[in-house]
Amino acid sequence: MPTRDYLLLLAGMAAVTYLPRWLPLALLAGRRLPPWLTEWLELVPAAILGALLAPAILATGEPRRIDLLRPEFIAAFPAFFVAIKSRSLAGTVVTGMLSFWLAKTWF
Amino acid sequence: MTTPAAPNPRPVLMDGLRTAWPICLGYFPIGLAFGVLAQKAGLSAWEIGLMASMVFAGGSQFIAVAMLQAGAPAVPIIATTFMVNLRHFLMSSSLSVHLRGSSGRFLALFAYGVTDESFAVNMGRFRDGGWDRWRALVVNHAANLVWIVCCVAGTWAGRFIPAGAFGIDYALTAMFICLLVFQLRSRLFTLTAVLAGLLSTALYVTLPGTVNVVAAAIAAATAGFWLRRRGRSGGRRPDADS
Repeated sequence: MPTRDYLLLLAGMAAVTYLPRWLPLALLAGRRLPPWLTEWLELVPAAILGALLAPAILATGEPRRIDLLRPEFIAAFPAFFVAIKSRSLAGTVVTGMLSFWLAKTWF
Repeated sequence: MTTPAAPNPRPVLMDGLRTAWPICLGYFPIGLAFGVLAQKAGLSAWEIGLMASMVFAGGSQFIAVAMLQAGAPAVPIIATTFMVNLRHFLMSSSLSVHLRGSSGRFLALFAYGVTDESFAVNMGRFRDGGWDRWRALVVNHAANLVWIVCCVAGTWAGRFIPAGAFGIDYALTAMFICLLVFQLRSRLFTLTAVLAGLLSTALYVTLPGTVNVVAAAIAAATAGFWLRRRGRSGGRRPDADS
């Protein structure tokens, strides 16, 4: 059985994970937002996805370095191509996985 | 605040599950890997399942296990978890636009499943139209469930799965690539995403921790917003605020 210390740790982690997820919903979903905020929020998904994705394909873990010969980066080209041409999620995922697999065995 | 009754549950459930599949596929190897690692760090299947269901955040779970193994006390682990997950604040703000008029209870339940992956998938679907908060809720919780099951399954099944089989490790990255493409509605959005990516990578290699995502996203969205406003105020004003 989990110890008391472990449960306290989890309770703390759960609280600090849940709050940032819940607070904006509780504060913003009930009201009309000013136009500037809506306009700014419209750009947030593209910005977050770009910010999440780029380091994952352009840079290594530890130590953190930019490395353009990574299979993650090479596999991104066919994946982007299929995503732009077909706009198919399934097609992109399968293409990405296969390209990554091939790139990993070759590089 | 009143909440309209939930629509017919069957099509909602089916749509949600059909939409959640790339997330589930991507969670599979990561969840299993987490289970293996957490077990090696001395956690039982029980403790792993509890962490996955109470915290439900892949990145911070991995960091927490590494810190536990290194003998770190609770407070720094909790502080790190907070920093790592602060980006969800931005995501929930962005999602709130589509959840207007939901009851407090719905929002509390929805919030539990806000992750990078469910956010990306749901924002793509909301943008295309034909999507509603109930379907989005199914996506959140289907992904949740798969994550928890995979984390626990990793404690016994993980060692039988060859690492990196069929490039499955790349499933989530490829999913993000496609969902990012869906977000690029005009040159302004592309510019914002490229700027965010470059900034985030530059911060990632120069600073420790995970501030790069939040800092780059805020800076790029603000730059994009500023560009749009500037473009609008100069010369013609095709869509000036009425």
